[in-house]
Amino acid sequence: MERNLMKGNEALAEAAIRAGCKCFFGYPITPQTEISAYLAKRFRQAGGVFLQAESEIAAINMVYGAAASGVRAMTSSSSPGVSLKSEGISYIAGADLPCVIINVQRGGPGLGGIQPSQADYWQATKALGHGDFQLLVFAPCSVQEMVDTVTKAFDLADKYRMPAMILADGLLGQMMEPVTFPEIKANPPEKPWATNGHGGRREHNIVNSLYLQPDVLEKSVQERFKRYDEIKANHAEAEMYLTDDAEIVVTAYGATARVAKSAVNMAREQGIKAGLIRPITLWPFPVKQMNEGTKNAKTIICVEMSMGQMIDDVKLAINCSKPVEFFGRTGGVIPKPSEVLEEIKKYNKGGAK
Amino acid sequence: MTHEILLAGFGGQGILFAGKILAYSGLMDEKEVSWLPSYGPEMRGGTCNCSVCISDDPIGSPLVLDPSILVVMNTPSMEKFAGNVKPGGVIVSDSTMVDVRTDRTDVKAFYIPATELAQKNDLAGGANIILLGKLFRETGIVSAETFKKAIEKVVPAKKAALAANNLKAVQIGMDYEG
Repeated sequence: MERNLMKGNEALAEAAIRAGCKCFFGYPITPQTEISAYLAKRFRQAGGVFLQAESEIAAINMVYGAAASGVRAMTSSSSPGVSLKSEGISYIAGADLPCVIINVQRGGPGLGGIQPSQADYWQATKALGHGDFQLLVFAPCSVQEMVDTVTKAFDLADKYRMPAMILADGLLGQMMEPVTFPEIKANPPEKPWATNGHGGRREHNIVNSLYLQPDVLEKSVQERFKRYDEIKANHAEAEMYLTDDAEIVVTAYGATARVAKSAVNMAREQGIKAGLIRPITLWPFPVKQMNEGTKNAKTIICVEMSMGQMIDDVKLAINCSKPVEFFGRTGGVIPKPSEVLEEIKKYNKGGAK
Repeated sequence: MTHEILLAGFGGQGILFAGKILAYSGLMDEKEVSWLPSYGPEMRGGTCNCSVCISDDPIGSPLVLDPSILVVMNTPSMEKFAGNVKPGGVIVSDSTMVDVRTDRTDVKAFYIPATELAQKNDLAGGANIILLGKLFRETGIVSAETFKKAIEKVVPAKKAALAANNLKAVQIGMDYEG
């Protein structure tokens, strides 16, 4: 397969086309606008609908409509824009519809900045809108992995009838790396629930998130959470790097995991038993992998481009059985491998006392 | 072996394009590569820079802070980044545009009037590639043949004249003595 250089954002867009996405609705925002730009150019020719909506809110509600009709639909934005979409995402989750939402994160809160950030972890994994619901959340760390994640996100969203989010950041969106596009046959499942016109041949389908009877609503939420249990049991993923004998285990996801991996390699060269656990899915969180990978750890260091959000899930995953320390930069500042190495050395020394 | 390259100058000098050609050259040589542009307000008229990594191993952080190779096309970038170059590293400067020299003695610095050479040879906008030619000659990180393949990959066939200009520019850089 031919290796080509592509920007992360463009690769996400091309991967969506190949995954059988038929509708994209979006509104421009740095640092993810290349997704829209690429689809504006290519999507029609590829048999899809690209539409620049009048706002993020309009875009997510267009996704709601398209998903209800049974086609693969996607939207993308960056942090402030994703906040605007949150109401619509809650409705989509409440209506049990599949779709893919991309967040190429930038610094916040508010308008924040336009440089890379990971400060939307809580939003993505805990509270993207009101009500009892979760999204599938994927955190790729390279342009190639972003490509591979798009298909997976659509497949699992369809399978479990729920929204999936790809949580990237400005660094991954803007950088170019070699990518190959595997020959995949997009194979969306049958959607017998879709409101796609039936010519009177069957009972009409209803897509809705309103349940006025508490017991009916409770049942619908409980049914959804049964699906969540199945997802937690089967789809939590993490990359384990040099964790078998690791005394210092760094945890990081997305672009930060690349920085952390460089630091782990530097630490190993200095004889420090360091390793890395990189969650690939943030929801479901890789609880099992977190416990396995830290069995010989004295200290766990969570590294993020935020003030510390994933660290909560790391502590919960291991039930606070070991010290979990934090190192982060925020506001668009990217941590340096040397800074992470200093943290590793600091806690390694502490462990040896 | 990892080359961490930082290219810096004003928007419009072809900094991102030169970085792209470098990255494609690495790709042609079957290396791991990454290319990361600055995309802040600086790309709208101010200074602009671009990080390129070329390596035999998977690339960690694509952001180059302490380059092993610095290519500079304006004075502010020379002042800002020359101090960060790794000891033993290389600086290639467009001396038409950069009116300062580094006082570092632990790096190899090359000064080439690339913008002037481009104008003289009717290659307006080709200074970036002339600098790459000089870089290739002094470091051997990319061969002339690989560069040609990279240009053919990036420049569409219908713009063959542009490809020819780039090949001419890289040769001027490679031939420059000094």
